[in-house]
Amino acid sequence: MVVVLGSLLLVLVGIYAILTKKNVMKIVIGFALMEYAINLLFAMVGFKKGAVAPIITSIPPKHNFVDPLPQALVLTAIVIGLGTTAVMLAFALRIYDKTKTFDIDKLRRLKG
Amino acid sequence: MRGMTTIVKTITRIVIGFIFVYGCYIVLFGHLSPGGGFAGGAIIATSFILSRLAFGTTEKQEKNTTVVSSIFESIGGIGFLSVALLGMLFGFYYFQNIISKGIPLRLASAGHILPANIAIGIKVGAALLSIFLGLASTKYIMRD
Amino acid sequence: MQAFYMLLVFMVAAGIVAVEIKDLLAAVISLGAVGFGVAIMFIMLQAPDLAFVQIVIEILAVVFFVAVILKTTHEDETLGRGYTKDDIIPILGFSLFALMFLYLGIKAMISLPSFGNPLMKVASYYIENGLKEVGAGNLVAAVILDYRGYDTLGEATVLFTSVIGVLAILRKEGRKK
Repeated sequence: MVVVLGSLLLVLVGIYAILTKKNVMKIVIGFALMEYAINLLFAMVGFKKGAVAPIITSIPPKHNFVDPLPQALVLTAIVIGLGTTAVMLAFALRIYDKTKTFDIDKLRRLKG
Repeated sequence: MRGMTTIVKTITRIVIGFIFVYGCYIVLFGHLSPGGGFAGGAIIATSFILSRLAFGTTEKQEKNTTVVSSIFESIGGIGFLSVALLGMLFGFYYFQNIISKGIPLRLASAGHILPANIAIGIKVGAALLSIFLGLASTKYIMRD
Repeated sequence: MQAFYMLLVFMVAAGIVAVEIKDLLAAVISLGAVGFGVAIMFIMLQAPDLAFVQIVIEILAVVFFVAVILKTTHEDETLGRGYTKDDIIPILGFSLFALMFLYLGIKAMISLPSFGNPLMKVASYYIENGLKEVGAGNLVAAVILDYRGYDTLGEATVLFTSVIGVLAILRKEGRKK
């Protein structure tokens, strides 16, 4: 159970970066950190002690496999996380191009 | 994008072919050993990104590459949808597995998983190459 | 189990370094270290499919980050300014949220089956009949492409949309009429 608590701590580090940092790139790093941690949390749910990976290599198969269902869900989530990070990076590039700074305090006071 | 030094160029010439063949191997044997369409497609994209980074690009090359890779991405997407609709064509419901399953644990088995893996590999590879070219080109790519 | 704990301590420490350090390139390299730690944990959790995808995609994410950093600034100039009174509210809000999150998370995790003994009600059907019905050796590929094919279709759509989003944001100015 302590292992699951460790990945919850990693999620909290990511949320700390999103809420309290004032640089746009640090906020994007926080989002990516949160996504890695949540995928890890999902994959831990299906672990079975003393079992092997769910690949059948001989017929008849030996029936001691890890749960394949959370692995299928996390496989999709990892690629979607990359897509989200890429869109956020495109935004950050545009922000720097227009205003020459990454500081969100200065961005609040610009007009027009 | 500027190129890199001579050492990087020489090593890249040797290594690119191996990376591409490794990516194709992971896509093709996706139903027998770990891997599948997503990992193999990303590795194929990595080999193209390496060639762009090591040898540099001009602006005209970037524009052509973006057009060609978007055509490949559309081909991959249409391929995956047509594999999914094959079941519907023959009277079953959506995503029914109708291609015959051969001898298990050989290369040509497992129904429609092999064409679906190939389509996803092409799609993911072209998508990641387009994202990289958009983020790292000399000027921003698409003219209106 | 010792290896799990050591890797988790390493990952949390690398995460804190990635968030707090002043140089942006060093922060991105720490993010890469966290990603590699996650991939090693996937191998120890007997999931080789996930380890493949995680390593390659995390390397590509670091390449994208570095491509953006090299076109913009190299270091974070918002650190080291001292704390003004504007900074109290986010930190207070975060502490309250963290306490509530940890309390509710621990309560939820206790009520789930313990780590190492999953329930596997649906998965036992997939394991028994996977080879007969699908004919594939890789059970995870059979699940994502045959039993749960809709999710893969949705993921392909999301990737396509993100490519369109990136190319639409980074567009030159249009022609002025």
